[in-house]
Amino acid sequence: MHWRIAPQIQARRMIDRKPLYLMTPALAWLTAFMVVPCLMILALAFFQRGIYGGIDYTFTLENIALVFDPLYANIFLKSAFIAGLSATIAVVIGYAAAFAIAAAPANRQAMLLFFAVLPFWSNYLVRTYAWIVMLNREGLIAGAAQWLGYDGELPKMLYTETAVVIGLVYNYLPFVILACYAPLSRLNPEIAEASRDLGGNGWTTFRRVILPMTVPGIATGFVFVFVLSIGNFVTPALLGGGQFQMIGNLVYAQFLTANDWPFGAALSMFLIAIMMGLLTLQTYASERASGAGREE
Amino acid sequence: MRSVANPRLMLMVLSAVFAFLYIPISVLFALSFNEGGLPTAWTGFSVKWYGALFRNSDIMGAALNTLVVAVISTILATILGTLLAVGVEIRRRKGRFLETIIFAPMIIPDIVLAIALLSFFSLLNVTLGLHTVILSHVVFNLAFVCSVVRARLKTFDWSVVEASTDLGAPMVVTLWRVVLPVMMPAVIAGALLAFTLSLDEFIIAFFTAGAGRDSITLPMQIFAMIRFGVTPEINALAAIVMTLSVVILALSQRLNRGGLPGQ
Repeated sequence: MHWRIAPQIQARRMIDRKPLYLMTPALAWLTAFMVVPCLMILALAFFQRGIYGGIDYTFTLENIALVFDPLYANIFLKSAFIAGLSATIAVVIGYAAAFAIAAAPANRQAMLLFFAVLPFWSNYLVRTYAWIVMLNREGLIAGAAQWLGYDGELPKMLYTETAVVIGLVYNYLPFVILACYAPLSRLNPEIAEASRDLGGNGWTTFRRVILPMTVPGIATGFVFVFVLSIGNFVTPALLGGGQFQMIGNLVYAQFLTANDWPFGAALSMFLIAIMMGLLTLQTYASERASGAGREE
Repeated sequence: MRSVANPRLMLMVLSAVFAFLYIPISVLFALSFNEGGLPTAWTGFSVKWYGALFRNSDIMGAALNTLVVAVISTILATILGTLLAVGVEIRRRKGRFLETIIFAPMIIPDIVLAIALLSFFSLLNVTLGLHTVILSHVVFNLAFVCSVVRARLKTFDWSVVEASTDLGAPMVVTLWRVVLPVMMPAVIAGALLAFTLSLDEFIIAFFTAGAGRDSITLPMQIFAMIRFGVTPEINALAAIVMTLSVVILALSQRLNRGGLPGQ
């Protein structure tokens, strides 16, 4: 009964015998250099640290328990706080920017969006370094304050938590703008008009109609910034100075300086769990929001 | 949307956000031409720091290493990623597990992949160096190439494959002479994206390059320069690195004419 099959599907069937053969090299690569190493990290968390820094293959739950030690649990909480704060600020600024772009004349939107995302394409380290130049004691902000006639002592800006938050917001803002713009640009303008005709003023229309319909974009932006911030180690290392520790830096230290790999593995395991949990939640939320009716 | 927006307020929001995004970058560019090299006082226009950059053998060595890593990992990732994309799109059943494996390298945090690979190579007693960086970069690069090529294949007209098969072409010939030419812009766009990602990637390289000075990549060099004493050359280096990745990615976007990577 093959004549009933649409030509497209039929064509796919003809070459259907080979896909495994096409996929094998890449899947083998991913298995060897991603799946196996990640599974190894999971296993490593349950072994003991060797006397000379190596790994002693005896089962233990000590590393897992150590993660809950107040000293380390606090670093987890602090990282979550910094990540949450950065994500919140990035979403507020990013949503406002995306809204302004979506409200701009239709022929300008693509260009505005392009320039909003452009910084995201450049090197992360360089973008972070730019804030060292901005925030240091002789930097642009201090200079501007002086020029404006302020000659009192400025508060320390670089190597503080604030600097870390600024750096994270700055680096991930373009993504949030992109994530929020998608649902905003898809909104049917008639919906806002309908709300107006029914007597809702601008603010009510925004709060009761537009905002709820664009929650998926907000969720995507928030989760993205949170996940990338909580495990970040470059920004705290560069803008937070040496003293400031987040989980990323702690993991880094276990592997490259303290040489306690099993504990580093246990920390990473929790980090992965937090991230996977959030990403799953976000996928679930956006799938629900976009409705089951949409098929690819 | 426009009916609820106050135009003046919208203009203010856009100005503020673009100022926030572009002032730090612009300051960096301006300082790279500052004769005195200090971030505080402007002492005149000069390109001397660009000259100093090219005479710095540490930086040039690191740049060469980065180029080697980016070129080799891009070639490998483009081949593997394209084959994977075609294979996945031909399959009719979409496996959730398969999708997760292919998607994972793009969302897995760098630090996690970095320590996983470091443990993996060390426990297998593999000597770390540029080769381990290349092996590691292929992991995320192939996933990005695959996603770009797949986006193009979604609109691919499979009936031309049928025509080719009907005319007696073996499968390999059909893929090479019919499918590949149609996908070529997407393949090149994917390769350019992979090249830039590899060029800019720091964390995974940092963990898998080992301790030797001769396997330092450019981002590792930049990190070291920022952390242990900033020299004026870094502004020039930052300006070049930034311009390079933006230009390559803009080219990739032009070829692809689709959404942004990761979208």
